[in-house]
Amino acid sequence: MMDQFLYGTEAAINGLMTGVMYSLVALGFVLIFKASGIFNYAQGVMALFGALTLVGIQEGQVPFAGLINAIFGTNIQKFGWELPAVAAIILTIGVMILFAWLVERLLLKHLVNQEPIILFMATIGLAYFMEGVGDLMWGSDIKTLNLGLTQGLNETIDAATYDWFGYGFYIDNLDITAAIIAIILVVALTIFSQYSTTGRALRAVADDHQAALSVGISLRFIWVVVWAIAGFIALVAGVMWGAKSGVQFSLSLITLKALPVLMLGGFTSIPGAIIGGMIIGVGEKLFEFIVSSSWFGDFFGFTMNATENWFAYVLALIFLVFRPQGLFGDKIIERV
Amino acid sequence: MFYREAGDYKTTYAEDSQTFPLKLDRYAYYTLLAVAFLVVPFVINDYWASAVLIPFLIWSIASLGLNILTGYCGQVSLGTGGFMAVGAYAAYKLMTSFPDLNIMIIVLLSGAITAAVGVLFGLPSLRIKGFYLAVATLAAQFFLVWLFNKFEWFYNYSASGQISAPTREMFGYEVTGPSASAPAKYMFCLVLVLGLAWVARNLTRGRIGRSWMAIRDMDIAAEIIGVNPLKTKLTAFAVSSFFIGVAGALFFAVYLGAVEVGEAFGIQKSFLVLFMIIIGGLGSILGSFIGAAFLVLLPVLLKNIMAGALGWPIDLAAHIELVIIGFLIMLTLVLEPHGVAQLWRVAKQKLRLWPFPH
Repeated sequence: MMDQFLYGTEAAINGLMTGVMYSLVALGFVLIFKASGIFNYAQGVMALFGALTLVGIQEGQVPFAGLINAIFGTNIQKFGWELPAVAAIILTIGVMILFAWLVERLLLKHLVNQEPIILFMATIGLAYFMEGVGDLMWGSDIKTLNLGLTQGLNETIDAATYDWFGYGFYIDNLDITAAIIAIILVVALTIFSQYSTTGRALRAVADDHQAALSVGISLRFIWVVVWAIAGFIALVAGVMWGAKSGVQFSLSLITLKALPVLMLGGFTSIPGAIIGGMIIGVGEKLFEFIVSSSWFGDFFGFTMNATENWFAYVLALIFLVFRPQGLFGDKIIERV
Repeated sequence: MFYREAGDYKTTYAEDSQTFPLKLDRYAYYTLLAVAFLVVPFVINDYWASAVLIPFLIWSIASLGLNILTGYCGQVSLGTGGFMAVGAYAAYKLMTSFPDLNIMIIVLLSGAITAAVGVLFGLPSLRIKGFYLAVATLAAQFFLVWLFNKFEWFYNYSASGQISAPTREMFGYEVTGPSASAPAKYMFCLVLVLGLAWVARNLTRGRIGRSWMAIRDMDIAAEIIGVNPLKTKLTAFAVSSFFIGVAGALFFAVYLGAVEVGEAFGIQKSFLVLFMIIIGGLGSILGSFIGAAFLVLLPVLLKNIMAGALGWPIDLAAHIELVIIGFLIMLTLVLEPHGVAQLWRVAKQKLRLWPFPH
């Protein structure tokens, strides 16, 4: 039984780490939702796009090489240089900012005052568009991200837990890095939104668009800022997930994992995104651990596996029935 | 003959409230039906049936279903793929358990089973609204797909985990199974589409449809004037899931013949149907058909142009297709949030005054 408990704890800690990764994606959602009331489905694709761009720039790929080759019958692939990681990251951030500006300019500007559901669907369209553009620009093969992040078993934790319990926990170094980065991001975001002028303007817009406009805050500028920050967060999430499982199409599906996190935490709360992520991460790992264990099979006569696909949604669904605005969301007040 | 009411005398209430009050519309509709029933079955070949016509008919049913829920009742659902899977597996289990049952009855029963499942997943909609509901319906999508993969009873313990449709006949013609002919499949789908579209049209303009629209426009206000939200939302879920279940059953039994659940009824299918109704028009029967036609034809067209005529690699064509679909969705929403059907409505208004606008 002690063994089972230790395995369970290990699963829970790993779940906590994965949960932090979910939170990274959810954070971008919350920021955009608070500032503009847009539920940005494209957040996951932005992560994919960011990671693809980073790899592409770092390895000196020619953008749209496939398309150019198909049209002109040439065979170009690479510029033939390799950029250092830092330069590539800075350039990618530039691309994400440009992207934010374009989105505001070409899409959101025309959709002001539309119903939220229309905006939501527009971001689904944006997601498809960007996925296609990302693939066209950089090719759709699986890429490896090489930023010098350490990966694999953390030996300090392994040795320490072995000394204490006689069983070494397997915690991935990358997950630890991701957790630390997530914490830094949240702290930085909090400081930015509490103490900087732009940050305060951002909070004002989140509170009340009309009032913010009337004191002279440019809504459109704020939206560009928010989308740029969300793009940056997406880049971070894309880098962490990409380092974990390779930069590939399935990266964009983390959006779907971030959705229950958001529901649980509430669409409007940054701490909610973090805590929701952790609950989902720990919950799905523990649930999988329990229902696939042998004593569950002895008790119920069957075991289940691969429950991670749906557990988060069902948990969020059940949770929402009792608290429709999520854990930390603003109370939904409806008037006729 | 001009396109307007003048000169077309109605002498009964039934005539006054018919679907196509204008003579020209009516004739166009009858002509379309005559072509669909009397011409197409004789000229159809396998390529047109499997690439264009049958998918178009099946997706029309699915988008009619989703349009009832999302366009008319305002409940956004991303669980379409999961509900189609319910229809498909219900059809499979019924076909293999009751070999003598008529295929038409099986398809309709699969719809009914899906309706029951839909009501179950629609229950939270009473508490959960808007985006929260959209995400909650994802629970249905992922849970149902997982369920059909996990429990072997659903696919009769077959080793491959696939389900494949046995041969069934209708009036002596095979409509399912590997040797079914294209005209038979086409006619079978066409009859169902026509029947279900008629049901949808008449439901949406009657009392039930109006209560759906009242809930969509503002649920609290609707409740105050006496629309029962529980009943209204659940009927929307039931009717919509019935349509989607029928579409799923047809998609499996008639169109594909053999399916693997994760591949055939994944989340992409949910989005595909959602796109159909956005591009076609939310809250419009005609829009469901336009959207389905558009998203069925577009990939075929693009594939033929890019891979066929220009000789580009297929994966490149697939990426460009993504870009174009995404772009069109954004373009539709920016230019006309109510979809192509709204353009048609505007054009009809203009046509009524032509050639003397003042």
